[in-house]
This record gives sequence, C-alpha cells and structure tokens, in this order.
Amino acid sequence: MTALLTTEGLQMRFGGVVAVDGVSLAINEGELRCLIGPNGAGKSTFFKCLTGQYKPTAGRIFWRGKDITALDPFAIARLGVGIKTQVPSLFDGLTALEGVCLCRHSSEAEAKRRAMRALERLGIGALANRRVGLLAHGQRQLVELAMVVAPEPDLIILDEPTAGMSTEETNRAADLIRELNQQHAIVVVEHDMQFIRAIARTVTVFHQGRVLMEDSAATVFADPRVRDVYLGKAVA
Amino acid sequence: MTVNVRTALQIVAALIVAGLAAWLLPQYLELFTLINATVFVSMGLLALSLGLIWGFGGILCFGQTAFFGIGGYTYAVAAINFGDTTWAVPLALLVPTAVAAALGYLMFFGRISDVYMGVITLTTTLILFKFANSTAGDQWTIGTAPLGGFNGIPGTPPLNFPLDPSNQLAPEQVFVVAVLALGICYAVAKLILRTRFGRVAVAIKENELRAELLGYDVRLHKLGLFAIGGFMAGLAGILFANCVFVSPTMFSLSYAGQVIIWVLVGGIGTLVGPVIGCMLIQALTTYAGTLSAIDPNLLLGVLFMLAVVVVPKGLLPTATTILLRLMRRGEP
Ligand SMILES: Nc1ncnc2c1ncn2[C@@H]1O[C@H](COP(=O)(O)OP(=O)(O)OP(=O)(O)O)[C@@H](O)[C@H]1O
Ligand SMILES: [Mg+2]
Repeated sequence: MTALLTTEGLQMRFGGVVAVDGVSLAINEGELRCLIGPNGAGKSTFFKCLTGQYKPTAGRIFWRGKDITALDPFAIARLGVGIKTQVPSLFDGLTALEGVCLCRHSSEAEAKRRAMRALERLGIGALANRRVGLLAHGQRQLVELAMVVAPEPDLIILDEPTAGMSTEETNRAADLIRELNQQHAIVVVEHDMQFIRAIARTVTVFHQGRVLMEDSAATVFADPRVRDVYLGKAVA
Repeated sequence: MTVNVRTALQIVAALIVAGLAAWLLPQYLELFTLINATVFVSMGLLALSLGLIWGFGGILCFGQTAFFGIGGYTYAVAAINFGDTTWAVPLALLVPTAVAAALGYLMFFGRISDVYMGVITLTTTLILFKFANSTAGDQWTIGTAPLGGFNGIPGTPPLNFPLDPSNQLAPEQVFVVAVLALGICYAVAKLILRTRFGRVAVAIKENELRAELLGYDVRLHKLGLFAIGGFMAGLAGILFANCVFVSPTMFSLSYAGQVIIWVLVGGIGTLVGPVIGCMLIQALTTYAGTLSAIDPNLLLGVLFMLAVVVVPKGLLPTATTILLRLMRRGEP
C-alpha cells in the first residue's frame, strides 16, 4: 500500500495553546480512517492544516510524497482533497445543483452531469433546484457532502458528518461512507461509537493535540486509556 | 457559458430600452436637458460598475470614483495631447483597468479584510482628489495638457469620429454613444455573471471558504471582477468628461458617497437596480436644486435614510417582491 497523505511532526500553535502537537500520521490510498478524541483534542485544527486553511507552525505535510505544507487551500483542493467542515459551509443563496455544479471540471456539461450524479447518489436529487439556505439541517449536510464528492477527490475529509442527524439518517450516512470508500480514501471524525463501529477499520485517537493510539476499532474501544480520555481523566 | 431564457430576455429588453432612448430622446429633449441626461447615463454606468463588484462579488469599494476620475483625466490629457480622441479612448479604458488591477492585487493578495478594503478604496479616491486639486501650477502639465488644479480641464475635447479629429460628435451623438455604452455594459455584465468565472465570483461572495475548498483561487476571481469594475467606471468617466469636463470633483467624497447611495437604494444584488436608483435620485436632486427652498444634499440624506428604513433591500428587489405577491394573489 502506498501512502496518499502523510504528516511529519505536524504542530499548530495558537499563542500559548498547542492545538496540534507533533502529529505524524499516514493515510493510505483507499483507506477508511476514523479520528476520534474528546472536544478540543485538535481534530478540526489538524484538518485545517491538512487543507491549507492554517499554516502549521512546525512539521510537514506530504501528498503522494510531495511536500504540500506551503500550498494555499485552493491548490491543495485541486490535488484531490475534499473536506466537509465541522461548521457547515455552503452557498446558501444558490440552489443545491448550482452549488454542486461548481465542482471544478473541464467542461460545463460534465460538471453538471457529475453534480446531478452526486446529488442522486446521496438521495437528494429531488432537492436539486431548491435554495440551499431554505433546506433542513440534515439535507444541508447532504448537499455539502455532494459538493465534496462531486469532483471525485482522492481523499475525502469529513469533520463530524452526522452531527445533528437522526439515528436513521446516521445509518444511511454510514452506508454511504462505506460506499464512497470504494473509490475514495476517507478520513472521518466522529463522536458516535456506534457509527465508528459500523464503518471503521483503523481508528486514531487524538488527545491534547497528540496521537494517543492507533489501532483497529475493537482494540481501541477495549483500551482503558481511551475511556479515560473520554471521561476526562488524566492519561499518562 | 450557459445563457438561460431569463438572462437573454433581460439583455434584449435592456438593449431595446437603450435603443429606444438613443433614438427618441434626442428628438424630444432640449439640448440642455439632453446633456444633463448624458451626465445621468454616465453616472448610471458608474453605479452599474459598483453594483457589479459589490452586489455580485461582495467587494466593498467605497472609492469607485477613483477609476471614474482616472478614466476621465486620462481621456482629457490624452485627447489634448494626441489632438484626436481615437486612441485616447482605449488608453482611458486601459489605465483605470490597470490601476484597479494593481490596487486589487494589493488588497486581495494581501488578504485585506472587507472593512479595510472599504477604507483603502475610499482613501484612494480622496488622495486622488487632494492631488488633482493641487495641480494648479504650470509645472503640472502633462505634454500640452495643464491639469488645472481645482478648475480641472475645462477644454476637455469631445469625442471625434475615429481617426477624423475635425469631425467631432454633437451632444446628441454623445448621448447616443453613452446610452448604447450603458446598454452594452449591462449586457456584458449579465453575460459575465453567466460564465463560470461569474458564477464562481458569486459563489465566493456567498461563501469564500467553501469556494476556496472547492479549488478556486478566490483572490484571482476578485481581482478579475474588480478590474472589470474599474474598466466600466473608467468608461463612465470618459462619457462624463464628454458632457461636463474633468475636474477633481470626479474623485470627491460627495461623488464617492452618492454612488454608494444609488447602489444601496436601487438594490444590491441586482444590476438594473443601481442604474434606476442613480437616475431617480439624480432626477430628484436636480429637481430639488431648481427649488431654492430645499438643499439638494439634505434631500439626498433624507432620501437615503428613508430608503434604508422603508426599503432596506433596495427599490428593485422590493418592487419585484411586491409584484410577485400581487401576481400570486391574482391567480385563482
Ligand atoms: N483559531 C484558533 N485560535 C486559538 N485557539 C484555537 C483556534 N482553533 C482552535 N483552537 C484551540 O485548539 C484546540 C483544539 O481545537 P479543535 O477545534 O481542533 O478541537 P476538536 O478536536 O476539533 O474538538 P471538537 O470535538 O469540539 O470539534 C482547542 O483548545 C481550541 O480552543
Ligand atoms: Mg472539531
């Protein structure tokens, strides 16, 4: 297996707060990876570094062996990295189709075809011509996911994609992520253990900006340290 | 580019209105009124340029008059030096476009926030105002064109037919050129918004982060739109120079502020709105100017406040909403 994305000693410091503290991690081609960790562990900040929204204060990021640490977000996106951010980020004034059509592609017809396919794949083809700002929360999540999926990126980053979803919606999302994983590598942050069990192979646990452990879902959940971290206990 | 039926109809309608105005008004209006109308039209184009970059690109430019004045001054200086306006016009379009591109480069690539963008653009036009005012001495002569300080350049030559300096356009013909220029710029702006570039610019206004994360270079798109706005404002300056003459007033705070009011009153997020807002307000303040009882500036202020309170979305969007509601009520 070849590494798609690797980080080396990635650090992101905000004044006195070290949100990401020397993270070295590798995501392989076609992998499905779960990131977990309590609130404030640095998961979102790590993603923002990966996608160029923050410039890490130390460490490096490689995409297929090429150093991309200094690239702008749009340049990283063009390499084939798509992200669904934790705080929904949509074009509220546009229709779902208009927004998803903005996936970069050579021809306009192709962009539209892919957009429609992405919407249908997520079961929201019927919402194509609805204004995104007027949609319900769960639907908006799906539209954002469609925007991320439509350009067919090699790596899809999902920051708490099921937040605010019903159990049924969450189950659907799990199916979907497994399906998407057949073509894309996926890194997903989730708090819902049920969900992680349903989709995960490898789980990486973040704690206070560091990687606490990385193993199969079963091993991770059996580890007492992980429980302690989630219960807010100090971990040696 | 995919042009839908609605856009096509809007463009055709605008060109018909412009054509009719160009054909009919010179026949019916007195010369003085017609020249005034040309001023209105040039201001309408200035409002359109701001309506485009602000309403569709989210670029807060409080100094759109900078490009208006630069266009006018370049035109006047070049026309006097060349003794022919044929090449003065393209030069007077190029210079404000280039200045807008340079200023845009500094602002967008410097990742300056919206508020500072407003301040920087306003400051730019005010510096130009100060500078133009200070060019009274003989040393402020470019070639054979004295800049003239606060008097400006009263001898701004009117447009001539291409490569035929002795054959100058009559005021009626200048009016026709101005109206057609406004109509065409409107059509071009509409078409730009239908291109991928235009749709991305609008998406950036909606959500800059999302556009960037989809792989679009936000800075480049803003720069492009800003330069297009500079081009249109420069063209407006050329037209204005043709019916009045260039002077520092073109850069003034009063002009800079008025354009913002026209756009806000007419409706942000539309292209026709700012033009209508401009025409209406100018007609009203001109009319008020003939009555000695009312101070036009006071009237402008009151109108602006009324507009903000009564039609906060602007005249055109509000009118459209009311019309749609009435039509719906009419349905069985
Ligand atoms: N822009 C910023 N400026 C200062 N501190 C920040 C900034 N962004 C994040 N932090 C801090 O960095 C730490 C990590 O935050 P981050 O949002 O990455 O955590 P998280 O693991 O995503 O948590 P959650 O599960 O709540 O989403 C927190 O202490 C947070 O306060
Ligand atoms: Mg987070």
